[in-house]
Amino acid sequence: MKGNSLPMKGREFLRKKRTPMQLEQILQYSFSGLSTGAIYALIGIGFSIIFNATGIINFAQGEFVMLGGMLTLFFLELLQLPLWAAVPCAVAVSALAGILFERLAIRPLRQPTPINLVIITIAGSILIRGLAMLLWGKDTHAIPPFSGDEPISIAGATILPQHIWILAITVLIIAVNKFFFYHTISGKAMRACSYNRRAASLVGIDVRRMVLLSFIISSVLGSLAGIIVAPLTMTAYDVGIMLGLKGFCAAIIGGMSSGMATVVGGLILGVLESLGAGLISSGYKDAIAFIILLLILFIRPQGLFGKAESERV
Amino acid sequence: MLEVSGITRIFGGVTALDDVSFTIGQGSVTGVIGPNGAGKTTLFNIITGIYNRTSGSVKLGGKDITGLPPERLARLGMVRTFQNIELFGAMTVLENVMVGLHTKSSSGLLACSLMMPWSIAEERRIREAAMHWLEFTGITGLADDTAGNLSFGKGRLLEIARALAVEPRIILMDEPAAGLNSQETLGLAQLIGKIRGMGITVVLVEHDMELVMDVCDRIVVLNLGKKLAEGTPREIQENAEVIAAYLGDG
Repeated sequence: MKGNSLPMKGREFLRKKRTPMQLEQILQYSFSGLSTGAIYALIGIGFSIIFNATGIINFAQGEFVMLGGMLTLFFLELLQLPLWAAVPCAVAVSALAGILFERLAIRPLRQPTPINLVIITIAGSILIRGLAMLLWGKDTHAIPPFSGDEPISIAGATILPQHIWILAITVLIIAVNKFFFYHTISGKAMRACSYNRRAASLVGIDVRRMVLLSFIISSVLGSLAGIIVAPLTMTAYDVGIMLGLKGFCAAIIGGMSSGMATVVGGLILGVLESLGAGLISSGYKDAIAFIILLLILFIRPQGLFGKAESERV
Repeated sequence: MLEVSGITRIFGGVTALDDVSFTIGQGSVTGVIGPNGAGKTTLFNIITGIYNRTSGSVKLGGKDITGLPPERLARLGMVRTFQNIELFGAMTVLENVMVGLHTKSSSGLLACSLMMPWSIAEERRIREAAMHWLEFTGITGLADDTAGNLSFGKGRLLEIARALAVEPRIILMDEPAAGLNSQETLGLAQLIGKIRGMGITVVLVEHDMELVMDVCDRIVVLNLGKKLAEGTPREIQENAEVIAAYLGDG
């Protein structure tokens, strides 16, 4: 605080300046909340897509977020690839991990009851995390920002170029996602599977292929989220747990929709978390997400917006 | 075309189907009838891969299809409709049919997601083909309605349109006239005639005797899990055993 350099009138000064300071702060927290919220939204959509195709909550979703960041780092530093090449490589390897996960852990299951599947995804999550720790160690790493870290000032608050990258990439991904599900035949087939699996198989849709597809899309979304957030929050073998749970929370707020409801859920969560951490105490940051999660599950288990049915995928 | 031989299905201690065999000729319309509990729907579910049989086999065009899952059967040219219509309720009518054309789509996932020009052109082709099937079943005007909002009769027509979009060789309909009014049933009879006119083999399970006698070339009668009789509508109407089974006294 600048107030410290004015010992005489310190209290007076602070009291006067407080109101505008807080407005700026709120703006600042909201901006950073929106960008973390966008990340939660991407992860949440990943949860919803798998849930709608299979009825599984894939608790390994967070690990694909971690893989995105760690693999990008791997391609950047060990293989000395430029960023534009490292990102697609990292996404491709994550997608491959998603395929292997579905093929080796989900598909062979004899009695695919929801509880068995959920336990398997938790086991998968622990396994992936463990392998990542063996491969890359326990250190926290940073990925360089995509285009410098010169802050940009907007209405008294400052944002980093990376925040803009995050928001822009999220908007782009959501647009592509929407196009895929509503305007391509494979996307329509996936929606058909989520509405009525029996009828889908009757018209020749291979439901198991659609399940695989849902894992691919979700791992791509998760890894992209992990890549774009890594320059801001750093990455390590265990970042997947918290990010995964926050994404799950966004999906619950959005009623497991893979459309706008989950995006809004992610943004609400990001902003509330950021405001809570900034204005109350940063110690409560994670608690806020889980309080929201519990409240939604108790009061509105169908999601904040209720009629999620029409845009479920 | 369709060869059902020795199908037996035992649920617990109950024999739902007992050694049922019959053959259905290419391009014919066959009705499967019988009193309630005769095993008609069970038979359908076994032929279309929804239930497993206890013993017996099903052949389609000489190829053994016993126990194949529904999506494989659809690719081999066998589709079915349900007594309680199974639609993709939250999608539009047109989209429902487009999904039926899914197997005809050739462009891969990558091309789709990258919105390649040829995948967009294909999307347009599929849309046009889907419109054709809506026209065929007479529900073009409902193309943009949500499937879940359709009346039962229109939903039935949509289900048939979607099944036809798969371009099947044989279509099995489970009680297509159930829940339809007499006007709609009349339309259904005409539609079945049109489907047969395209060379598609039709098999229906039906309670509406008038419809069955009207559209079918051959009829298979089931009673208590056994085949009771088989023949032309006229033969069946004159068969003493069938009359006895329906009137409830042997």
